[in-house]
Amino acid sequence: MPSTFFTEPPHWRWLIILYFFFGGLAGGCYVLASMLDLGRPERFWHMMLQSATWRPMLKTYSPMSLGAWGLLVFGGFAFLSFLGALADGGRRRGFAFLSPPAPIGVIVSVLGGLAGFFLVSYTGVLLAVTNRPIWSDTTLLGAVFLVSSASTSIALLLLLGSSRVFLVGGLKALQRFDMIVLGLELLTLAALVVSLGSLARVWLNAWGALLVLGVVGIGIVVPLLLHAGAHTPVSPTARLAAVLVLVGGFLLRVVIVLSSEAI
Amino acid sequence: MPEPMGFYTDTTVCIGCKACEVACKEWNQLPATNGGRATLSGDSYDNTRRLDGIHWRHVKFIEQFAPDRRDGRWLMMSDVCKHCVRAGCLEVCPTGAIIRTEFDTVVIQSDVCNGCRDCIGACPFGVIDINPVSGTAQKCTLCYDRMRAGMTPACAQACPTTSINFGTIRELKQKAQARVEQLHGRGERGAYLYGADEQMLGGLNSFYLLVDKPEVYGLPPDPKLPSRNLKPGSLWSALGAVVIGVVGLISLRTRRTDDA
Repeated sequence: MPSTFFTEPPHWRWLIILYFFFGGLAGGCYVLASMLDLGRPERFWHMMLQSATWRPMLKTYSPMSLGAWGLLVFGGFAFLSFLGALADGGRRRGFAFLSPPAPIGVIVSVLGGLAGFFLVSYTGVLLAVTNRPIWSDTTLLGAVFLVSSASTSIALLLLLGSSRVFLVGGLKALQRFDMIVLGLELLTLAALVVSLGSLARVWLNAWGALLVLGVVGIGIVVPLLLHAGAHTPVSPTARLAAVLVLVGGFLLRVVIVLSSEAI
Repeated sequence: MPEPMGFYTDTTVCIGCKACEVACKEWNQLPATNGGRATLSGDSYDNTRRLDGIHWRHVKFIEQFAPDRRDGRWLMMSDVCKHCVRAGCLEVCPTGAIIRTEFDTVVIQSDVCNGCRDCIGACPFGVIDINPVSGTAQKCTLCYDRMRAGMTPACAQACPTTSINFGTIRELKQKAQARVEQLHGRGERGAYLYGADEQMLGGLNSFYLLVDKPEVYGLPPDPKLPSRNLKPGSLWSALGAVVIGVVGLISLRTRRTDDA
């Protein structure tokens, strides 16, 4: 029996699933959900400062430590971009320098985008850097979460975007992007199962069924078919596809977290 | 700087009395389960079940009997934190609450821990869990407070058969090696030391004399450090980011074409 089967589950459960899901979507909900999952939320600052010396608390080899800093950095950039967006919307025009194509705005969105990439993938690396079954038996969870975050984010933008906010041409491009990313997600999930090797047998249960039917079926294959048949990106068919992608992204995190915690 | 200190547990002389569990709970003021209303596990004489935030010692009972019960033996083992020289929990702790002490033991500072639970999944032995009273991760401290005062940890002090030996790692290894040779000489060829050499996580400062496979005692045959997955996991993520980024940029270009 592999050594990972002798460990104890950390019982991160539902709050962590929400954390991973919203983490893929946006930084704000993410910060809240992650803090609520601490046993002692009021001591969150111990992840930032060393109480004895007041020096920054950063361990580059601990994903939990890097993630705490990643949250802070991403939150900062998200706030700057928010101010830039206010200027774009006609309010607070003084912040226009924070919005592209202003040079500082370009720098903010590029660095913020990189922080976003970090944020959506470190959660998978966090799970891998343990000794738990499934999580630590593959090194692909970071990539899986990243690709899934891309597909769910695109789906959310497709849902929020109407032809008034985006040009229909832009929505069409998003829809095409979504289909490519969903294809990539299928490949990544296949690679995940292959990387688990014979250990993938632990999914020969209800969790595996949820992975195949919920995550792959409802969350990827059906949306791909719906998108292919949708006339416009704002049609009810395309909107249903986007909702299903969000459901699939949520179920993916449910399966990954709970199927290991159940062992 | 004191010498590295630890436990050597000779499971062949453990009688399953659980004095170590009681002494540990008393000294460390750990609360009872269910407010003291005990429930039976149905698993041999083991109602402690596992190590967690309020059980820092756990005596395991392994019954090995022939179906007709003509032949058989009990294996008993007082389990505890292994105080690994290369400790997975210490590696991942994001607050610095988990430290290595001057005795080369691993201690969670309960006033720093914020209960993020990363160490629980990182421990290869499933030793750590949340203490519901403090809301923080807790485990054996190897009685750090008693050691500072030159005293023996409570469990080793209470053990009536010296199954739990406390001392410097150097002395303990000599003693354990002599015991293995003695057992081999008496015909117990299966006796061996688990975690005494540096192959296993740099060495376990709480190591064991066992007479059956580690799995039989609920111990992992090949415990590893969680950080083994850090670099490959990060590289795969970075590759994913590059692929998604490139596909996204190409799609954006297409959008501009569409808009025009």
